Amino acid sequence: MDVVSQLQRQFIDYSASLHREGFVDDQFTQLQKLQDENSPDFVVEVASLFFEDCEKLINNMARALEQQQGVDFKQVDASVHQLKGSSSSIGAMRVKNVCINFRSFCEAQNREGCLRCLQQVTHEYSLLKSKLQTLFRLEQQLLAAGGSIK
Amino acid sequence: MVLGKGASSSLSRKMVDGVENMVSNCNDFTVLVVDDDPVIRKLHDMHLKKFGLRAQVVENGKKAVDLCHFGTIFNLILMDKEMPIMDGVEATKELRAMGVNSLIVGVTSRDSQYETQTFMEAGLDFCFEKPLTADKISFILQELNKKN
Repeated sequence: MDVVSQLQRQFIDYSASLHREGFVDDQFTQLQKLQDENSPDFVVEVASLFFEDCEKLINNMARALEQQQGVDFKQVDASVHQLKGSSSSIGAMRVKNVCINFRSFCEAQNREGCLRCLQQVTHEYSLLKSKLQTLFRLEQQLLAAGGSIK
Repeated sequence: MVLGKGASSSLSRKMVDGVENMVSNCNDFTVLVVDDDPVIRKLHDMHLKKFGLRAQVVENGKKAVDLCHFGTIFNLILMDKEMPIMDGVEATKELRAMGVNSLIVGVTSRDSQYETQTFMEAGLDFCFEKPLTADKISFILQELNKKN
């Protein structure tokens, strides 16, 4: 197997594993289909925006949940709602699913439940970030070797 | 109805993946994307570019209202529901009260039926769940052409 074919196989297999393990869903595939020669870095740009957004929203949630005088669950819920929306749009399935649970705890005004979800969402976001960075690295290697991802 | 200065409208049939799609090649359609989520703004902007449309993007309802108040005309407004400063419901009500008759399409996360109904009653033409897809945009453009 030549180098390009090998790199292509690695990219395809890794991409498939992200879907199989539930890190991303079909919405991520739709994002990849939107990428073209006029916007060759579209997926990386969207992912970067998502990660910045995630960090900001997770910090907002953490600050709101730290309030000893009384947690403003509406404020927490607003951040979770936004994160659910953007994770759904990028196809970040596991992050989205944690957000769905998180919202239930916000509605129930359950601080302990919210803190557990905050921990989970932080963990899932970190995992996803690492996985996507690997995927993008494999893509770059493939393109540099003269291959294509289509 | 004139779609802005020098507007012309023509439809062309394009084959996409073997499926015939009606797409407007009218580059004079003006679109406003109103959403506080930068990921959604970028995604919708890209979807619209695929249909040959350039969008202005703003991050809350107040900015959308201000743009229209100062005379900018949009054929299509994609309006998120939950935004800071002024949400989609309020912005849509204000736009309709101002006499804006653009096609306004609400874009929401999965909300309760009651919340979606409230959004529709504010003056939307359609309401879709996020994110928009090529099929939904194609439908919206067909409606836009019918309207005009």
